[in-house]
Amino acid sequence: MTAANLEAMYQEIILDHYKNPHGKGLRDPFEAEVHHVNPTCGDEITLRVHVAGDKIEDISYDALGCSISQASASVLNDLVVGKTVDEAMVIHEEFLRLMQGKGQVEPDEDVLEDGIAFAGVAKFPARIKCALLSWMAWKDATAKTLAEEK
Amino acid sequence: MKGLLPDLDLVRKDFPILERTFDGGETPLVYLDSANTSQKPQIVIDTMVDHLERHNANIARAMHHLGAEATEAFEGARDIVARFLGAPERDEVIFTKNASEGLNLVANTVPLAAGEVVVTTEMEHHSNIVPWQIATQRTGATLKWFGLTDDGQLDLSNIDELITPATKIVALTWVSNMLGTVNPVAEIARKAHEVSALVVIDASQAAPVLPINLSAMPEEERPDFLVFTGHKVVGPTGIGVLWGRRAALEALPPFLGGGEMIATVTMEKSTYAPIPHKFEAGTPPIAEAVGLGAALEYLMHVGMENIHAHEQAITAYALERLASVPGVTVLGPADAAQRGGAISFELDGVHPHDVAQVLDSKGVAIRAGHHCAKPAHQRFGVQASNRMSSYLYTTPAEIDALVEGLEYVRSFFKLDQ
Ligand SMILES: Cc1ncc(COP(=O)(O)O)c(C=O)c1O
Repeated sequence: MTAANLEAMYQEIILDHYKNPHGKGLRDPFEAEVHHVNPTCGDEITLRVHVAGDKIEDISYDALGCSISQASASVLNDLVVGKTVDEAMVIHEEFLRLMQGKGQVEPDEDVLEDGIAFAGVAKFPARIKCALLSWMAWKDATAKTLAEEK
Repeated sequence: MKGLLPDLDLVRKDFPILERTFDGGETPLVYLDSANTSQKPQIVIDTMVDHLERHNANIARAMHHLGAEATEAFEGARDIVARFLGAPERDEVIFTKNASEGLNLVANTVPLAAGEVVVTTEMEHHSNIVPWQIATQRTGATLKWFGLTDDGQLDLSNIDELITPATKIVALTWVSNMLGTVNPVAEIARKAHEVSALVVIDASQAAPVLPINLSAMPEEERPDFLVFTGHKVVGPTGIGVLWGRRAALEALPPFLGGGEMIATVTMEKSTYAPIPHKFEAGTPPIAEAVGLGAALEYLMHVGMENIHAHEQAITAYALERLASVPGVTVLGPADAAQRGGAISFELDGVHPHDVAQVLDSKGVAIRAGHHCAKPAHQRFGVQASNRMSSYLYTTPAEIDALVEGLEYVRSFFKLDQ
């Protein structure tokens, strides 16, 4: 990978989120807690969701991993807390579309905000899982929360 | 630098991939991931191509010229492996797909029962852990572990509690793929044999760099089984070796059933071929075995003693240079004389993935992660690490490139601000 690609991947926004992650730490109350691992590299996240009615009141997490996986958990927290589950799923879909787009997808900044900084990561197949780790954990936890309610 | 291969330039020319560059020729490859897989010399590539172009046929059953040539090439490769290991008998050499398959073969066939014990170590590759977990779960036997000391050696202080008359198997790595530690396999084998336990040695990281001579080992210290994998000894992927003492192999039931491994088959029952064929069901990876033969000939031609000396010189230099980088902590023994060519390290403040990614932009290829040795990482309280690993083609200048790369990583992530 070239120096230009490297800069594209490690956007300032990503490094900022890495150094000062938003919403990190495990908190109460929560309805579901999940633990996800990236088996190839061992990155790990424990993530809790607190949903009241259909609103996501909190996402709290404890994560070990690279700058990409850590920054992505921080961005997830920014984007999704305060939204309804349906709104959050739309954001999740857009993030997934960006990450699976092999670097060819033009992300919707209105939906993804800081999340668009991950466009450079999408070009590196080995790192896509890092970016998606927290999002997959959140989706899993949310599904568990909804299943409990029923 | 003392110990380097005198013909290092010529050796490098044997490995075409070392000419690779990136970014339109600007960035030369610095390959420091040989513990993961080694690069291949031209002679291995040519031998495999020649086999496929001129001698290809199935072995052992084709009644024609090519069948005879292919069989001779395949069995010739077995002879070379036997010579490489100093094996007492060439028929004790079983071809497998890789080291993992060799370990699974033994773990699946060796008799175990509740109350019996398998002992392994905390520094094993997952390939020498998971098969034993499966085997002990299946049979009700117990899995026990040698722990590690803080400097990355096996902790032998409780060896008398671990190796007892209940112990049936002691399975350990000769050289650690994470810590680089060279284990005292002779001493442990002697101890295990006192209680008639079988000793299984994972030589995946040892075979590339240590001269091995099984015949020269006193019998009490010689393992009963030893595995290694072709792709780490400059050979191709898809081929590995299980060596076993004849009586130990003969005592095991077959692992896979199929063609080539039988003496006769009726609808009621089958009888099995003698070793090695008993454990080689189906058409084997023929061209790969032939390639492995060429690889081992190549290593023996360079000389395993010389390769070992080269590894130690490069490793000593790398340990010294890495110590000069602020924030770098090396895991495992500090003394190069006690290590193989893998050096795992942490860079304070930067996750190994990010280190590897930034180094890659400079053409420097290392491994980042848990190197399939999660228990060993856990032992040292690290979730992931960086690992550089050298081989007979590694130059001191490549170590310098790594160190420069690490300085660049530090500036990229603004560690001094
Ligand atoms: C010590 C050790 N054991 C076993 C293996 C497994 O080798 P393979 O994947 O070729 O079966 C490796 C290589 O990754 C290793 O380093």
